[in-house]
Amino acid sequence: MKQTFRFSGTGGQGLITAGIILAEAALLDGKMAIQSQSYGPEARGGSSKAEVIISDEAIHFGRVMHPETLLVMSQEAADKYSADCTPDSLIITDSLFVENVPVSAHRVDLPITRTAVSTCGKALFANIVALGAVAALTNCVSVESLTKAVLDRVPKGTEDANKKALAAGIALAKGVAKAA
Amino acid sequence: MKEELVEKYFRPGRLPHLWCPGCGHGIITGAIVQAIDQEGWSKDDVAIISGIGCSSRASGYLDFNTANTLHGRALPIASGLKMANPKLHVIVVSGDGDCTAIGGNHLIHAARRNIDLTLVVFNNSIYGMTGGQYSPMTPVGSKATTAPYMTIEEDFDLPSLAQAAGATYTARATTYHTQLLIDVIKKGMEHKGFSLIEAVSACPTNFGRQNKMGAPALMMDWQRQHGVPLAAWNKMTEEQRAGKFPIGVLSERTDRKEYTEAYDEVIARAQAAL
Amino acid sequence: MGKVLLMQGNSAVVEGAISAGVRFYGGYPITPSTEIAEGMAKRLPEVGGKFMQTEDELAGMGAVIGASLAGVKGMTATSGPGFSLKQEMLGLACSAEIPCVVVDVQRVGPATGQPTSPSQGDVMQTRWGTHGDHWVIVVSPTSVPECFDLTRRAVELSETYRCPVILLMDEIVGHMRERIELPESYDDLPKFPRKVPSCAPEDYLAYRDVDGTKVPPMAPFGSGYRWHVSGLVHDETGFPKGTPSATRTSQDRLRTKLTDRLDDIIMTESYRMEDAEYAVISYGGAARTAYDAVDAAREQGIKVGLFRPVTIWPFAEKEIAGLSSKVKGILVHELNCGQYFLEVERAVHGKIPVTLYAKYDNESASPEEMLEEIKKMTGGAQA
Repeated sequence: MKQTFRFSGTGGQGLITAGIILAEAALLDGKMAIQSQSYGPEARGGSSKAEVIISDEAIHFGRVMHPETLLVMSQEAADKYSADCTPDSLIITDSLFVENVPVSAHRVDLPITRTAVSTCGKALFANIVALGAVAALTNCVSVESLTKAVLDRVPKGTEDANKKALAAGIALAKGVAKAA
Repeated sequence: MKEELVEKYFRPGRLPHLWCPGCGHGIITGAIVQAIDQEGWSKDDVAIISGIGCSSRASGYLDFNTANTLHGRALPIASGLKMANPKLHVIVVSGDGDCTAIGGNHLIHAARRNIDLTLVVFNNSIYGMTGGQYSPMTPVGSKATTAPYMTIEEDFDLPSLAQAAGATYTARATTYHTQLLIDVIKKGMEHKGFSLIEAVSACPTNFGRQNKMGAPALMMDWQRQHGVPLAAWNKMTEEQRAGKFPIGVLSERTDRKEYTEAYDEVIARAQAAL
Repeated sequence: MGKVLLMQGNSAVVEGAISAGVRFYGGYPITPSTEIAEGMAKRLPEVGGKFMQTEDELAGMGAVIGASLAGVKGMTATSGPGFSLKQEMLGLACSAEIPCVVVDVQRVGPATGQPTSPSQGDVMQTRWGTHGDHWVIVVSPTSVPECFDLTRRAVELSETYRCPVILLMDEIVGHMRERIELPESYDDLPKFPRKVPSCAPEDYLAYRDVDGTKVPPMAPFGSGYRWHVSGLVHDETGFPKGTPSATRTSQDRLRTKLTDRLDDIIMTESYRMEDAEYAVISYGGAARTAYDAVDAAREQGIKVGLFRPVTIWPFAEKEIAGLSSKVKGILVHELNCGQYFLEVERAVHGKIPVTLYAKYDNESASPEEMLEEIKKMTGGAQA
């Protein structure tokens, strides 16, 4: 089975890190994974996207042409990176930043950044909240592997906050599943 | 220079050299050899790296670890060599065009790093090998084949340039002031850090002839009259200094770390963090 | 037991170099190769090696040549604009036979081009970039594990043949992260020691072929063998000699030391070629599309395979000429306007149709796009 992901937003939101963590979690699950990215010249601001492919088999072509799961964390990213979604795509938006998604697909609006602030006190945990939500909505990686991958990547001293962020993301997604 | 020094330090079968009669480059090469001899270094422990030009042919004549590299690029190659084997005494031979024009960027950065190289710039004020085009060290108002109506560009004060960039030893001497030349090269070799020695040379063929100094003796006389020992220079007025230049050790400082030693600290920090 | 990691291609180059015994890096940061400089800056001092961020691209290459003269394996990395600047130094390394590894992570060009977009526009520059006739080895990885392996192989080839070896990468492979399994320790991996002279120092001639390999032993500066390096045409003594016969002798040895050993130097991969009636030729990051396109075509009954040159230069002449008597048509896919294609056409010599699928719009081709090109070549041939 092959699953494709695109995480998009603004530079500085940690989406490339989120992509790397997701791919690392897939490797921990014994799967194959590829992560690639594109970013504007600025280190902060500007649009940013990370793409991840997870598969049970070898992956050659690394670009995601039609993301099965698209995470959009800014309106600009929604405008720029959603056009190649299919009606079957799952589009997860951060409801703080995204009003309109110009394609029709399965759309889930989640208060990702608000949850990061309310749970961990800082918006910079939004990428980890989002990861929790993506994993819970797609079952692409195990929670154990994802947790380990997060803890392996994040700076020392932030482990507890990141664990909380991940759990909050998973809970957000489960709330949606229940509502549906 | 003594015959025994020629026998000891010059490669058999490589002479005669290609320098013209009256050229000062043989005197500078001899001064480098005498300075090395006074240090008593093993020939195996000395490397001479040169760029391209008349001066840079010196490396081929000398029986050390030698490289005649690319125009302007002796310093980066010498820097890599020194980094890879800091025990080598690395002497860089360069010309005025080689060092200050095409290689100018490398010069300021080697000086800034304060890497332990001894750079001897054979300054004959002209591109000799290609037939007399002006260099950044050609005195303003000189004639050259590419300045038939006289140069309008100011020339570099090379030791000052190197000092400003961070060189921790600078000196100047001429091929007329031979003993001083040997002494300042030797001191430069002993100095731990980046040393620049400007050796004012003579090119009667391609500079002299275009500038009314075609006879070799005239160029030597010009050096005698224009090179002023530093002590005397310091007492001169600006008017008296006009057109002249100080000779001797012009700057020496020991407050900056040498680059390869500083890098050893980088290694220690990296390994401590493992 | 190895460790499984998610790693970027550029980082795998760093690990490959460290594992092969590279202990010096000189270079200038440039996208999309910068992670190599950053990685070497961190890793080299950890293993007692040295890193220099030089004032420009030329100095980076020069410092590597200098380190190599001292017997220390050196590497530099760059992208198109910097690779252009290194060309004169590359010629010196060819002429003076100084082993070194140069990584070119290609970007779209010419000039500043598109720094973060994939391209393979430097293929001909790696072959003919420096002035004068010269012979170099160029290898091009397609995956992250291959970045590790081919960096090691580049070190080995450069030391074996006393010549610069270019690791020709692209943004796809350089920036992509994928699975790689690395050994826990590099201690047991080969380090490719350089052949040094065994004669007495007074008998040493730096450019004399002493063992019939045409590759003279190279003494490190400071080891008691005093010799002379020159970028001028030289004879076996290393000193300049520009007579017609000395020039020809030197040129012949520099060429044939590589062309005599093509079986060792040329590496290729064949994917689903066993019964193929058509072939796609693609290399580096572009070949990743080809695997999927070949699989998709096979699902539709089209008997196509992928022939992937891993060694780009010297050109796999014999292998590609041989291909032309096996298949009915060749599709060359590369991320430029057609560079390797020209060589394929030359080798095939009109025997079968060779078509070019050129992509030069800042993006890699998708498997779907390539499948269409395969169908055009085969005329939609079904089994």
